[in-house]
Amino acid sequence: MQPTVTTRTRAGTLTGLFALLLIAAGLALPAFASRSLIQDLFFILTMLTLAQLWNLLAGYGGLVSVGQQAFVGIGAYAMFAGVILWGMDPVLAIPLGGLAALALAIPTAFFAFRLAGAYFAIGTWVIAEVTRLLVAQWKTLGGGTGTSLPREATSNIIGVETIRALFDVREAAARDILAYWLALALAVLTIAAIYALLRNRLGLALAAVRDNAEAANSVGIDAGRIRWAVFLIAAAMTGLVGALIYVQTARISPDAAFSVTDWTAYVIFIVVIGGIGRIEGPILGVLVFYALQTLLADYGAWYLLTLGLIAIAVMLFAPRGLWGLISDRTGLQLFPVQRRLTGISFKGGQT
Amino acid sequence: MPDILTLTDVSRSFGALKVTDGVSFSVPKGQALGIIGPNGAGKSTLFNLITGNILPDAGSITLMGRDVTRLPARARVRMGVGRSFQIPQPFEGLTVFENLAVAASFGQNRSEAAVTADCVAILRDCELLHRANTFAGALSLLDRKRLELARAMATGPELLLLDEIAGGLTEGECQALIATIKGLHAKGTTIIWIEHVLHALTAVVERLLVLDFGRVIGLGEPEAIMASREVREIYLGIEV
Repeated sequence: MQPTVTTRTRAGTLTGLFALLLIAAGLALPAFASRSLIQDLFFILTMLTLAQLWNLLAGYGGLVSVGQQAFVGIGAYAMFAGVILWGMDPVLAIPLGGLAALALAIPTAFFAFRLAGAYFAIGTWVIAEVTRLLVAQWKTLGGGTGTSLPREATSNIIGVETIRALFDVREAAARDILAYWLALALAVLTIAAIYALLRNRLGLALAAVRDNAEAANSVGIDAGRIRWAVFLIAAAMTGLVGALIYVQTARISPDAAFSVTDWTAYVIFIVVIGGIGRIEGPILGVLVFYALQTLLADYGAWYLLTLGLIAIAVMLFAPRGLWGLISDRTGLQLFPVQRRLTGISFKGGQT
Repeated sequence: MPDILTLTDVSRSFGALKVTDGVSFSVPKGQALGIIGPNGAGKSTLFNLITGNILPDAGSITLMGRDVTRLPARARVRMGVGRSFQIPQPFEGLTVFENLAVAASFGQNRSEAAVTADCVAILRDCELLHRANTFAGALSLLDRKRLELARAMATGPELLLLDEIAGGLTEGECQALIATIKGLHAKGTTIIWIEHVLHALTAVVERLLVLDFGRVIGLGEPEAIMASREVREIYLGIEV
């Protein structure tokens, strides 16, 4: 029997089928769901995408960035610039967010990659703060107080009229549905792309660099180039999410768009409690985060204190997160990436 | 046999400390060379200079007839330099097979599918086949040492550098490792081996090089080197 390598598991195949059903249901959902549910799902999907991207950076790439809000903010502002300065359709201006974040990521990586560990984390945060202060000087886009998307831009967004006719809803609800579909598409695309990357040989290289950069170099892996690639991809995608979030809110300010709490602290919380270094982790984490937010939102500071305590408890007692606990007990892998060698015989057995 | 590696007057300092001091030697293709010397003699630094992990201040390094003195480590791996580390550095989040697959795929720039058969053969040679699907972080010390060797082999080396791979093993484990290394050498791989476990080293190598304070103080057949008065005084601490 020839030795073969497989990543396929039954749970993985079932997950694939279930995911297809879920995507189909997600696309059809606006026909039945209330506007508030659509808005909640938009929030969940965008946070999930941000969490998957941070997980790619920190969990797979070993790059613990605390400055991802820089890319959310610059992506959102680039979309606003496209709409206000050049008269673009807000949805068509979303790619500008990705490009702007990519452009910002290049000098950010240039400086931050000279640092390691905690210094890297703080360095990325400082760069994000500097970017926020610079953007606050941009008077055309509202300076420090911010601005809103012009009425004429939000009332003529591509596809909104069709959605209005299709679901017989008001314009604002139609805009929410469009944003929700785009968030769904971005979340699916991000998870699929990360999964494909991890199944590729680059996924192995990424894990090798994360585990030991010196040893990775000694087997011919260009650790520096891999880190650059991961950082730039995550930044560009984060910029797209930032632009999409602010298409939906239609109102921006530097403090909100570059918020370390909203776009990095919550995202880290989601990844840590769900399980770092696994695609399943952020999916579970975002559901827990949403449940906690719904239950505790009225308790102000107690809400944040509770989040902090839960994060500390998980880090102490389940360092690989809730999914790590489940996976350790059941061996379950919904997104299997481990290469298993089968069909080999050796003294004393077969695998 | 032509020389696979030649070092000419290679020197390297860290601050005021000269760790490698005018080192010159050649290794013919297919030979096994042992390197001995007291702790701090500059043995591991010499390996880092050969692999390109650090660059020399002076002198030149030639690999298979090509001057590689300023060439980065990755490029030297692709030219056929494989190494193991003194303290095993496995990719702990990957399985044993995945450790080899990533090394073979990137070290030889081939697709994952194309290297599977080679990886299986190396795992069998290094007696790790039964651990193929085990996470590297869960291995015993002997298996970690074997994995160091196997991963270095997976990069497809013409020249294999082993750094104290027998250290910390029991006598039985050491004999098993010697047999594995002998097997690899018999297939034509050139080996440079730093080791304190002298009987392991002399069981494999054809020549010994002695380093002290970054200088070569002896190079020749193992019996002659071990009989040398200077080596016995400096390395073995025996007053002659």
